[in-house]
Amino acid sequence: MKVNRLTLCGNWILDRFPLTKLWNDHMAHYYAPKNFNFWYFFGSLALLVLVNQFLTGILLTMNYKPDAKLAFDSVEYIMRDVNWGWLIRYMHSTGASAFFIVIYLHMFRGLIYGSYKQPRELIWIFGMLIFLCLMAEAFMGYLLPWGQMSYWGAQVIISLFSAIPFIGDDLSLWIRGDYVVADATLNRFFAFHVISVPLVLVLLIFLHIVALHEVGSNNPDGVEIKKYKDKNGIPLDGIPFHPYYTVKDIVGVAVFLIFFATVIFYIPEMGGFFLEADNFIPADPLKTPEHIAPLWYFTPFYAILRAVPDKFAGVIAMFGSIAVLFVLPWLDRSPVKSIRYRGAIFKKALFFFVISFFALGYLGTQPATPTLTIFARIFTLIYFGFFLLMPIYTRWEKPKPVPSRLKDPLTLESIVPSIKAAYEEMTIKDNNGIVLFGSTEFQRKPNPEGIRNVLLRLAKKIITSFE
Amino acid sequence: MKTLSITLLLLVFSFGLAAEESVELQQANFDPEDRASILKGAKTFVKYCLGCHSIKHIRYQRIAKDFGIDDKKVLTEVAPEGASIYDQMHTAMNPHDSAKWFGIEPPDLSLIARSRNGDWLYSYLKSFYTDPSKPLGANNLIFKDVGMPNVFWQVQGEQIAEFITEDGKQVFDKLVLVSPGSLSEQEFDTMINDLVNFLVYVGEPVKLERERIGKYVLFYLFMFLIIAYLLKKEYWTDVH
Repeated sequence: MKVNRLTLCGNWILDRFPLTKLWNDHMAHYYAPKNFNFWYFFGSLALLVLVNQFLTGILLTMNYKPDAKLAFDSVEYIMRDVNWGWLIRYMHSTGASAFFIVIYLHMFRGLIYGSYKQPRELIWIFGMLIFLCLMAEAFMGYLLPWGQMSYWGAQVIISLFSAIPFIGDDLSLWIRGDYVVADATLNRFFAFHVISVPLVLVLLIFLHIVALHEVGSNNPDGVEIKKYKDKNGIPLDGIPFHPYYTVKDIVGVAVFLIFFATVIFYIPEMGGFFLEADNFIPADPLKTPEHIAPLWYFTPFYAILRAVPDKFAGVIAMFGSIAVLFVLPWLDRSPVKSIRYRGAIFKKALFFFVISFFALGYLGTQPATPTLTIFARIFTLIYFGFFLLMPIYTRWEKPKPVPSRLKDPLTLESIVPSIKAAYEEMTIKDNNGIVLFGSTEFQRKPNPEGIRNVLLRLAKKIITSFE
Repeated sequence: MKTLSITLLLLVFSFGLAAEESVELQQANFDPEDRASILKGAKTFVKYCLGCHSIKHIRYQRIAKDFGIDDKKVLTEVAPEGASIYDQMHTAMNPHDSAKWFGIEPPDLSLIARSRNGDWLYSYLKSFYTDPSKPLGANNLIFKDVGMPNVFWQVQGEQIAEFITEDGKQVFDKLVLVSPGSLSEQEFDTMINDLVNFLVYVGEPVKLERERIGKYVLFYLFMFLIIAYLLKKEYWTDVH
């Protein structure tokens, strides 16, 4: 029989490889909390973007030339003469920015729901190593198009190493392989970008997931679901990852792809944030651009670097701003994980941290005028204050009682009536209606009174949520 | 909360201070779908610009293909004599010589519309004025002390810049046409507009194509979203 043969073939493999066990351990019998919300899409989306970067990256290397004389033209060749080359290139350049958006949101999720806390410290550390790798990957990849901003961005960042006392100059020379950023630098960055860093990245992601599946996922309530199990040893508040979260993540993928495709097809430069205007000029070692700014995902750290008056101290502050994230699990002394049950102090601190992160991100894109530098210093203090004062202010915090089981999650359907009600309140019905599909539809116009009320209520709600 | 709003307000004001004072750009009126305009711009480019500037990332064949014109027509009407349809649009000028003559090698303009922008190019090309102190007799309002001469002086006419003294400083007032060229002001504007339209097209020839494809991709993704959502809803009915 035909079926039998196929089964035999399958069995032959299963006898020699734990495919079923792997599938069950990580998908079908991996129990995840049932109340994952919006913030929990970004892990799987990061994986999707990673795959996108790998596939498009491999296709790009087929026509890209890592040579200072040819690199810029080869990118334009891909954009114009290679079939669908423009799409591949835009997918890769947009993917780079998308990666950071997704990763920043993923990290923010960890921050608000305390996913870095015991027993998930190691997951957080692996995640931070991934973040570090990703920054190296993006930085080296950005040199490859060999435009003005690629060139001078690399020049500025590599020269930072020369600020290190004693070994600085030799170190930066060793990194560049030349006295300025040149062909040797391009070649080695290409090697790192396409093979070394991606390998490390894949290994770290593997460790990140293995560590996660060992201790289980956190959730918006910050409750350990493994405490309450049924007689089969299955967490009462858990549902198998597959099929529940696989089908849910597909919805996330669809929404993500809609945004992704909109950027690729309509605004690939994203107003200079994803592809900088100056990078359409070939690298010229003799002509420094008026204003050198890294791509948006580095600007918060770049702003911290510039905020410190001394160059070496600035370098330390910049690396420190990332290093401090590694010790976050030990800085936070609050017994409560999720922001839902944490005290007002943490909520306020987090609010100022988010503001300072965005502000630093903006300031990093601007020329360092004296006024802006003062602002950068203030926000740098807030940034570090959030982390370094954490052992103190989290002790003062008065957390709310944490439930022992998960609360019901807010679903999309449950929000719809309240949105409808708000819409009704914010608009006034017009008298002249039109009949559409058998029912009378009235035109509506904005109602200032209603809008004011709704906004006031919203503001009040936000304010009370801080207490 | 109060301190925060004050901080934000201060931040907003500081941006105003940081904004640089510069000459306002004029608005070009280009349309990437206006094929006639882009083709006219291509002709203008070959006539006035290709002498010094290459646009090496575009081939004559690409222009023929993108605008649905016969190869031969492009060769006779757009390309300079002797060009092949597969040629990239290279200038015939020796870069070594041009660097000697102008002080700098005239840059390749394939991506100029992406590194600058359409309005900038439009304003720049219209803002040349006579300045006897410069080696080539012309200066530019938008790009001060540019090495490029005013190649349009015959069609545009002679333009001079008037300055007024304000707080002891020379401040630009306006550009005045002192002797008319072979084209009227409006005809000249249209010509520059066509040229900029062409340069914008050359900056990213695939732009129209990607915007056309984008609609189908987004339509597909919305359909996919609906199906994915319904699937999720179906699976999740038994989660309580």
